Amino acid sequence: MSDTQEKQSPYPVIHALECKACGRCVLECPKHVLELGTVLNERGYAFVTYKGEGCSGCSNCFYTCPEPNAVSVHVPKKEKAEA
Amino acid sequence: MAGEIQKKCSAPGSEKVYKRPDSMNEIYLRKGGAAPTATHYCSGCGHGIIHKLIGEAIDDLGIQDRCVLISPVGCAVFAYYYFDIGNVQAAHGRAPAVGTGISRARDNAVVMSYQGDGDLASIGLNETIQAANRGEKMCVFFVNNTIYGMTGGQMAPTTLVGEITTTCQEGRNSDYTGFPLHMCEILSNLTAPVFIERVSVSDIKHIRKAKIAIKKALEVQRDGKGYAFVEILAGCPNNLRQDSKESIDFINNEVEKEFPLGNFRDRIADTTPLIRPDSDFSKAKLDEVFGIVESVEYATPDPDFKKCLVKIAGFGGQGVLSMGTILAQAGIYGGKNVSWYPSYGPEQRGGTANCSVVLSARPIGSPVVYTPDILVALNRPSLEKFDKDVGPGSYLIYDSSVDNYTPPAGVKAYCVPAVDIAMKSGSAKAVNTVMLGVILSLGQVDLTEKEFEKAIAESFADRPKLIELNLQILKAGYEWAKENLK
Repeated sequence: MSDTQEKQSPYPVIHALECKACGRCVLECPKHVLELGTVLNERGYAFVTYKGEGCSGCSNCFYTCPEPNAVSVHVPKKEKAEA
Repeated sequence: MAGEIQKKCSAPGSEKVYKRPDSMNEIYLRKGGAAPTATHYCSGCGHGIIHKLIGEAIDDLGIQDRCVLISPVGCAVFAYYYFDIGNVQAAHGRAPAVGTGISRARDNAVVMSYQGDGDLASIGLNETIQAANRGEKMCVFFVNNTIYGMTGGQMAPTTLVGEITTTCQEGRNSDYTGFPLHMCEILSNLTAPVFIERVSVSDIKHIRKAKIAIKKALEVQRDGKGYAFVEILAGCPNNLRQDSKESIDFINNEVEKEFPLGNFRDRIADTTPLIRPDSDFSKAKLDEVFGIVESVEYATPDPDFKKCLVKIAGFGGQGVLSMGTILAQAGIYGGKNVSWYPSYGPEQRGGTANCSVVLSARPIGSPVVYTPDILVALNRPSLEKFDKDVGPGSYLIYDSSVDNYTPPAGVKAYCVPAVDIAMKSGSAKAVNTVMLGVILSLGQVDLTEKEFEKAIAESFADRPKLIELNLQILKAGYEWAKENLK
């Protein structure tokens, strides 16, 4: 994966500490790139993890997540097409 | 892992970030405890989803500094942990009253209440309907999860028929507990609401529609247009023993069947902002409203006069209460402290009525008269009820229509043909004025004829024809007493 590709691809940030492992984001992810983890965070929840690639930036996981601080989704702005 | 990726693409402005709205706090300082960055809500709870939608709408509309949230009783009681906006926490079901107060006191405030089904549809049902009917400038976010969440999953007004809760273990039975209350439909019968919609936050499709409705409701408030109501079907997976998938399916397949989604009212476009003028509570304005004229001169209190307790009793319609107000008014003209304290039954006419009037040189502690210095009884039941309260040396004045009556020993009892005097003077109704003349003649109230006359003139100010008549009757009563009572 090159740097350029990473900058152009959307990605979710899951704040492991804040996740309560309800799994709503896993159900709503159209790309199936989120999964319930196997490791417990320090509050005792098996937090969700991102598979590392494939996010389309749809923000479903952000809107369906009940915890305000648990998920954010970063979507790079498209560069203007050259004339 | 995620953090590493974030560092690689941190050029500001080059990306859109979906994240916690700015109008929500980053750290919940009021919450504190071991997890000050997490909500207190259960895993999978609908409240957090709704909070974020409200927060985002506040950000989008730029109204953060105008917002006042009424946080409810229920799980969302701690909504003020999370929002960086004004907040007042209201008692169970009382958010509409509190919201009304805030909205009326601060016309520019964006007032929103956030209430659950137990709060709004049970104990708060009346207030909710009244506030909606008045078209209060507030928006109501009604979170319907079909259950009492905070207290442990009891049956709520919105519990589905057949739904199992801790207080209906075999499912809600409509033969005993009726049917779910449909708040949107109920409020849609009212004229005033500007916007009413039922949405759901079950899954992402519904959440995105809910977002639009929530924003519209807040737009109504931003523009000061009136009442907006958004019912939000939400999950309570913890109490209903569901996982996230089951919670979503339950709302979509069962709750939604009972509570159909959709817009019930949208008059946003053809509603103009409701602007209420500021209330004027200045003394000058209040004097004007109540017709208080400062130029009236009052006599200075006589230090020798201590006080006089008067009780006037009869049947409703005999002028018992108005006789009391005239006496009290005369007392005011005579420089006394006065109190007037009525007591009557629920009937406008025909029941018993009495009033207590205290005239005093000093401030009055209690307006209640238990042992009158003067008792005026206009009929027999009143006489028999109160005559034992009249002590030796005190005055008992009663109408001569009461025959075969023996007053208590030691009392100065005067039998006055008040009805006859009133009729001869031209008004059978003016028995009370005759009795005022008798009181005047006794001298116990330390008031002059002039002060009585001014009080009568004031009492009949809106019926000028009656002033002269009543002044004559006052005089007739006074003269009869002077001649006949020793």
